[in-house]
Amino acid sequence: MRDAVGIGLAVGAYGLSFGAAARAAGLSVPQACALSLLMFTGASQFALIGVLGAGGGGLSAVAGAGLLGTRNLLYAVRLADLLRLRGGRRVLAAQLTIDETTAMAAGAPVGLSGLGFWATGAAVYGCWNAATLLGAVGAGVVDTTALGLDAAVGAAFLGLLVPQVRDRSALGVAACGAALAVLAIPVTPPGVPVLLAGLAVLLARPWRPRP
Amino acid sequence: MTWLTVLAGAALCFVLKLAGWLVPARLLADPRIRRAAELLPVALLAALVVVQVLGVGRGLQVDARAAGLLAGAAALALRAPFLVVVVVAAATAALLRAAA
Repeated sequence: MRDAVGIGLAVGAYGLSFGAAARAAGLSVPQACALSLLMFTGASQFALIGVLGAGGGGLSAVAGAGLLGTRNLLYAVRLADLLRLRGGRRVLAAQLTIDETTAMAAGAPVGLSGLGFWATGAAVYGCWNAATLLGAVGAGVVDTTALGLDAAVGAAFLGLLVPQVRDRSALGVAACGAALAVLAIPVTPPGVPVLLAGLAVLLARPWRPRP
Repeated sequence: MTWLTVLAGAALCFVLKLAGWLVPARLLADPRIRRAAELLPVALLAALVVVQVLGVGRGLQVDARAAGLLAGAAALALRAPFLVVVVVAAATAALLRAAA
C-alpha cells in the first residue's frame, strides 16, 4: 500500500508536466483533463499533444498515441493471467492497465497481485488526474514559451525513453528512430515523422529467434 | 476538431487495453511480437524528442529547446526524478530566452 502511494505521488509530478504541456500545445483545460481521465496512459497522451502542438493532423496524432499504447495490450495479457478477473471488472481493470500497475501486480508477493494492482491503479488514477488539472490551470495563467515549457516536453519524452533503452539493440532503434525523424521532418506533414520512425523497429529484426 | 482527436485517441487506447484482457493469451505469446511491441515505444519516443526539440513546422532549428534538452539529459544522467528533469530543461530554456 505504501508503495502504491509513493508511485501515486511520483505520477502526480509527471501529471503536472502533462497538464502544462497540453496547454502549451494549444489544448484547453477540459481537453487536457479529458485525455487524462479517458486515455490514461502517459506516453500516448504526450504523443498526442506533441503531434498536435507541432501542427500535425488529428489522424497522425491518434495513430501515434495508438502505437505507443500497444504495449498496454501486452500488459493486459500478463495481468489477465495474474488476476483472473471475470465480466465487467475486466473493463475497469482495462482502463487501469498501464506501466505502473502492471509492474506492481507482477512484482507483488504471491497472492497479493490483485491488491497491488487495484491499490496502485486507484492511487495513480487519482493523482494523475488531479495533477493534470493543476498543471493545465497553472499553465493557463503564464507565458508557456517564456517559461520554457516547450523545452520541457522534449525532456519529458527523453525521460520516458531512457528507462526503456535496456540493451544495445534498443539503443540502435532509438538512434535510428531519431534519425528517421530528422530526415522526415522537412519532407512530410507534421505528425508523420513520428509514425515513420516506427519503422526503426525493423532494425532490431524482432522476427529473428533470440537465444 | 481537437475534441474529436482527443476522444478518438482515448477510445483507441482503451480498445487496445481491453483487447489484451479479452484475447486468448496464446495469440500474443510469440516472443517476436513481444519484442516488437517493446521496441516500438523506443523508436517513437526518440522521434518525439527530435520533433519536439528541433522541429518548427517543416523545418529544423537548433534553439533554446536544444539547450534545455541537454540540461534535462544531464539531470537524467544524475538520476534526477522525472519532475526535476522537466523543470531543469524548462528553466534552462527560459533563462536563455530571457538573456537573449
